[in-house]
Amino acid sequence: MASTEVQIRFDGVSVAYGDRVIQRDLDFIIGKGEIFAVMGPSGCGKSTVMRSAVGLLEPLAGRILYGMESYWDADLERQKILMQSFGVMYQAGALWSSMSLAENISLPLTEFLDLSDVEAHEIASLKLALVGLAGFEEYYPAEVSGGMRKRAAIARAMALDPSTLFLDEPSAGLDPISSLLLDELITHLRDSLGTTVVIVSHELHSILSICDNSVFLDTEASTMLASGNPRLLKDECENQQVRRFLSRGTA
Amino acid sequence: MSAAQLIVSQPEAGILQVRVSGNWTLASGLPSASAVEQAIDATRGLSRLCFESGDLESWDSSLVNVIYKLAHHCRRTGVTLDPSGLPDGLKDLLQLAEVVPAHQEIRHHDPDEFFLAEVGGEAIAFVRSVTDIVRFVGGVAVSMGRMLAGRARYRPSDLFLIVQQVGAQALPIVSLISVLVGLILAFVGAVQLEKFGADIFIANLVGLGMVRDMGAMMTAIIMAGRTGAAYAAELGTMIVNEEIDALRTMGISPIDFLVVPRILALVLMMPLLALYADLMGILGGALVGVTMFDIGTYEYFRQTRSAIDLLDVFGGLFKGLVYGAIVAISGCLRGMECGRSSAAVGVATTSAVVTSIVFIVVACAILTVAYNILGI
Repeated sequence: MASTEVQIRFDGVSVAYGDRVIQRDLDFIIGKGEIFAVMGPSGCGKSTVMRSAVGLLEPLAGRILYGMESYWDADLERQKILMQSFGVMYQAGALWSSMSLAENISLPLTEFLDLSDVEAHEIASLKLALVGLAGFEEYYPAEVSGGMRKRAAIARAMALDPSTLFLDEPSAGLDPISSLLLDELITHLRDSLGTTVVIVSHELHSILSICDNSVFLDTEASTMLASGNPRLLKDECENQQVRRFLSRGTA
Repeated sequence: MSAAQLIVSQPEAGILQVRVSGNWTLASGLPSASAVEQAIDATRGLSRLCFESGDLESWDSSLVNVIYKLAHHCRRTGVTLDPSGLPDGLKDLLQLAEVVPAHQEIRHHDPDEFFLAEVGGEAIAFVRSVTDIVRFVGGVAVSMGRMLAGRARYRPSDLFLIVQQVGAQALPIVSLISVLVGLILAFVGAVQLEKFGADIFIANLVGLGMVRDMGAMMTAIIMAGRTGAAYAAELGTMIVNEEIDALRTMGISPIDFLVVPRILALVLMMPLLALYADLMGILGGALVGVTMFDIGTYEYFRQTRSAIDLLDVFGGLFKGLVYGAIVAISGCLRGMECGRSSAAVGVATTSAVVTSIVFIVVACAILTVAYNILGI
C-alpha cells in the first residue's frame, strides 16, 4: 500500500529542549499510506521527534514539510487546519478522565465539524466499534483496562479521519494477543482509509511485522543512524548498532 | 463535487438495492440512513439489501457510519446485508467493526433519578463518609502512637521539609492577610467607637479579636486553601500513579510514611503561625489607630497589652492547634480517598478545602461556647 507520494518530509531537522539538543540533522521521508516506524533505544528522543512532527515542539533547525507545506511557517489559521489532519495517540492514552469514552471521541467532532451531539455520538460509537470497544460508550477511562484505554485513544485519534495517524508506543504494556490485534487494526486502517501511520516504538515484533519504512535514532550520536525498510535494515544495514537493535542484540 | 446520496430501488422481488453516490465526507455533514431504513421496513418479503457504488466519488467515516447503521437495522429485521457492491476498504472497516460483539452491560446515566432514591443515596453516602472519617482518624491515632513509640516508618528529613513548607514558606501570605484583617477590624470598630470618643478602644477590639479568634481562624482558612489542598492533590496524584500501592506492597504503611508527618507538621506549625498572625493583625490595627485616629504608638500598644491576658493568647493558640489538625486531617483524608483519575484529584482537592472550612467553623463555634462556659 506504500506509495512514492511524500506525506511528511524531515529536512535537516534538529529538535531540542532549551539548549539541550535531543536529535540533530534528521533527513527522511514518510510516504503517503506508509506505516512508518520511528525507532531507537529508550531515551533517544523518539517521542520528542513525534512532538515536533505534530506541532507541539518547534524544531531548533530545519523544516518539517507536510506535502509542500511547513507547519511552523504557516499562519495560525492554516496551522489549525493542518493539525486536524493529524491524529495523535499519546503514550499513556491521555484520555480526558472527566469524560466518557464516547465524549472523548465526540469532542473533536463537535469542535471541528458541523455535527450535532447525536451525530457525533453515532460516529464515536462507530470508532469505538472499529477498535473493538462497541458498547463501552458510557464508560469512563478509569473504568476500563490499560489496553482498552489505548484502543480508545486510537479511536479518538481517528475521530476526524486524519490523513496521518501518530501513535506513541501503541503496544507498550500490552499482552501479545492485544498487541497483535492492535497491529492488525493499524494495518486495516491503513489499507481501508489510506491513512499514513507513524509509530514511535521499540517493540521489534510490531516494527518488523507491519512497518514499511523506518528511521533509527541514536542516543549517543543524537542523530539518525539509518532509514529504510526495517526488515531489510535488520539484515543489510551497514551500521552494526542498527542490526544489533533489530536482532535483539544477537547480530 | 456532487452531494452524498442514497437512492433505493427494487430490482427484483425480495431485494433492495441502495445506490451510493457523491462525495461522502464528515466535513459536509452526516447524511441520514432513515429513508433506507423506512424502505426496508416497508418492503414486504425483503430478504437482501445490496449496494451499488459506481458513482461514489470519495468516502470516509460518514459513509461507514451509515452502512454500519444499516447493518444493525438489517440484523434487527432479519434482512441479509450484502456488502459486495461497496468499496473494498469500506467492507474491511465494516467487518472490523463487527469482529468484537458489543459489550452488553450498556451504561445509562439517568439524570431523572427518583427523588427519594437520590435522598437515600445521599444519606447512605453521608453515613459512609462519617464512618470513613472516624476510621481514618483512628488509623492516624494508632500511627501517632507508633511514631511516639519510635516504631513508625517515616523519613525525618521529609518531616523537616514539610515543616518548612507549611511553616516558614507560609509566612508571607499569613503576614499579608493578617495585617489586612487587623486593618479592617480597626476601621470597622473605629466607625462606631469614634462616635463615643472611644477611639483608644480600637486597640482592645483588634487585640482581642485577633488573639481570641481571627488570628487562628484566618490562618486556618489560608492553610486550608494552601496546605490542605496541597496535601489532597499530592496524595491523590500518588494514588493515581500507584505510588501508595507501591508503599503498601513493600509493607510500609502510607499513614505512617505520608500522613502522620504531614499532620504533625501542620499541628506543630499552626499555633506558631496563629501567634504570628495575631502580632501582624495587631500591627495592622495599630497602623490605622496611629496614622488615622491620632493614637500614640506607645499608648496603642499599652492599651492592647492591658486588654489581652495570657489566657486569651493560649485560648487562641489552642484553637490554632485544633484548626491545624482539622486542615491536615481533611487534606490527607480526601487525598487518600482519591479515585484513580485526574478528575478525581480535582474533586479530592475541592473536597479537602470544603471539609476543612466547614469543620473549622464548627470547631470555632464549639470552642467559643466552651470558653464562655469555662470563663476563658
